[in-house]
Amino acid sequence: MLRILKFKCLTNNNVMIKLNNIHKSYQTGNNSLHVLKGINLEVNAGEMVAVMGSSGSGKSTLLNIIGLLDVHDQGDYYLDGNLIKGMNETKAALLRNKFLGFVFQSFNLISFKNAVENVALPLYYQGVSRRKRNKIAMEYLDRVGLLPWADHLPNELSGGQKQRLAIARSLIGNPKVILADEPTGALDSVTSSEVMDLFQEINQSGITLIIVTHENDIAHKTQRIIKLHDGLIDTDHKNGRTKIETNAVFAI
Amino acid sequence: MFDLDKWQEIFNTIEKNKMRTFLTGFSVAWGIFMLIILQGAGVGLQKGTESQFRSSATNAIWIWNGQTSKAYKGSNSGRQIQMKNEDYDFLGTHIDGIDKISGRYNLWSGNIISYKKESGAYSIRGIHTDYQTVEMLTLVKGRFLNEHDQRYSRKCVLISKLVDEALFKHGEESVGKYVNINGVPFKVVGVFDDDDGRDDNMQVVYVALSAAQRVFGGGRNVNGIVVTVGDATAEEAIEIENEMKAKMAARHRFDPTDERALFFWNSVEEFTRFRKLFASISLFVWVIGIGTIIAGVVGVSNIMMIVVKDRTKEIGIRKALGATPRSIVSLVLQEAILITAFAGYIGLVLGVGLLELISDRIDTPFFRQPEVNITVAIGATALLVIAGALAGFIPAQRAASIKPIEALRDE
Repeated sequence: MLRILKFKCLTNNNVMIKLNNIHKSYQTGNNSLHVLKGINLEVNAGEMVAVMGSSGSGKSTLLNIIGLLDVHDQGDYYLDGNLIKGMNETKAALLRNKFLGFVFQSFNLISFKNAVENVALPLYYQGVSRRKRNKIAMEYLDRVGLLPWADHLPNELSGGQKQRLAIARSLIGNPKVILADEPTGALDSVTSSEVMDLFQEINQSGITLIIVTHENDIAHKTQRIIKLHDGLIDTDHKNGRTKIETNAVFAI
Repeated sequence: MFDLDKWQEIFNTIEKNKMRTFLTGFSVAWGIFMLIILQGAGVGLQKGTESQFRSSATNAIWIWNGQTSKAYKGSNSGRQIQMKNEDYDFLGTHIDGIDKISGRYNLWSGNIISYKKESGAYSIRGIHTDYQTVEMLTLVKGRFLNEHDQRYSRKCVLISKLVDEALFKHGEESVGKYVNINGVPFKVVGVFDDDDGRDDNMQVVYVALSAAQRVFGGGRNVNGIVVTVGDATAEEAIEIENEMKAKMAARHRFDPTDERALFFWNSVEEFTRFRKLFASISLFVWVIGIGTIIAGVVGVSNIMMIVVKDRTKEIGIRKALGATPRSIVSLVLQEAILITAFAGYIGLVLGVGLLELISDRIDTPFFRQPEVNITVAIGATALLVIAGALAGFIPAQRAASIKPIEALRDE
């Protein structure tokens, strides 16, 4: 199943994600909804980025495109130096499996699988044997503090536990990037902060993190905040100051 | 290619979704079960009807003596027509298409047959050797009557199993012994059985026609003649019957249109009518069977489509975690095939089991030995499995090829 995918490499190895003029629109009946109107963005390896914006600003769409869960209409997207273009589902699946981990607001755990099996699932698609992947899954459960719940089903866990389970699952495939879509959206503030601590810990280990959120305190636990407005990047702050010029300037 | 890990994943999914598995399996098993029961019942009906015909040849034309009902060429009506040995010889040599032929000289019931102290009243039939084939007698022991018995008017007798049991008590060997028939000793040469189990065909002993005529004062008279027409069709059989009628009318000088001078009974015609009945029964069974299969296919397809719809989100999750479209499709398909094949097998076993169980207990004239053509049963099961797989394949393919985000959005 696992194949070494050969892609043209860019010179800058430090850039994990590079977006050039990304456009995305959705067809609904006869109407076309232009969601992303030309996004330019670079995320370096090891960065922890928050993407903010009001609902409908396109932040989830952007995350889905970065996560290869959706495809963009126009522009160039480089993931770890590989140009993502004309990708079929099989190739995208392999890339997701190898490069990316996902954490969703609604957890997206498989309800009939217990905690270990849920965490181990990405390794199933890497062709790791059952015994080996379950052992590795136990280690990751330990890491997120869920070892005692290993054989519990998702609906027997609290929201915070479910999200930690989902994080363990996103980590197990050894991804380079973890994409989290409103990971604390369904959690109370205490568990939210626990989850964010966990994310920071993960980031310390060198994994690039992109977190979509609309909560300021969550965003401020990251190193960089990108605000989207109406399909364009409005502001891009790093360490509390504006990092680069905005898309609005480009638009003019 | 046997991928143990994949099967573990499938078994795991099945185990965790017992209700879904049960419903899918039940509809398949039920479809196959009903199909087998219906097929079996149809076969039982057909066999029962066919067995009604098994006791005598299905290609025979029988002729009996009669009485003219029409005046013809100066003869009044009401004249007895008596066939003789010459008629037998004549029909045997002058009619094309005749396969076997036998005269029959009857002495109806009331003939005392005795052995030692045992005796009984039975009817006696004098026959040519071909008759034994026409009546489809089965030999229990000894031998049939043969040409020599006929040629030399030997006093030999072929007795029925019933007569054998009545006269030869305590298991005494009957073949080779002499019994008294109306005071005349006849040597028992064999014991027969007649499949139809009708009493009037069992309370009977057979002797050579020539011996019967000589011993019992029959002169050269015969009561009836039977011919078989090989594998002639109903139309050909009617033609042969008409030819016989015409030639016999000429010989005995009666009106060829007189239905009562000689009685004809054509079993080919009768059998053809029944064969059409069998064909209708069998068609009926097939129509119902195909209907059942279609209902099964629709049911399985429906369930598979719902199952895939139900799993759309799961498919989305699996895709986000790196499942290729191919692995998704094969996961869904292999599960579908496993469940339908297993359930189909259960239905097959239950259906055949039930048929076997009732087969021994039911033996009525028109319904016996229900059974099912195992090729048909397995074919039907395979069809359901394929239908289930196909019905699962299309939505699975669709779910596997859409963007994961769309599958994930499915609630």
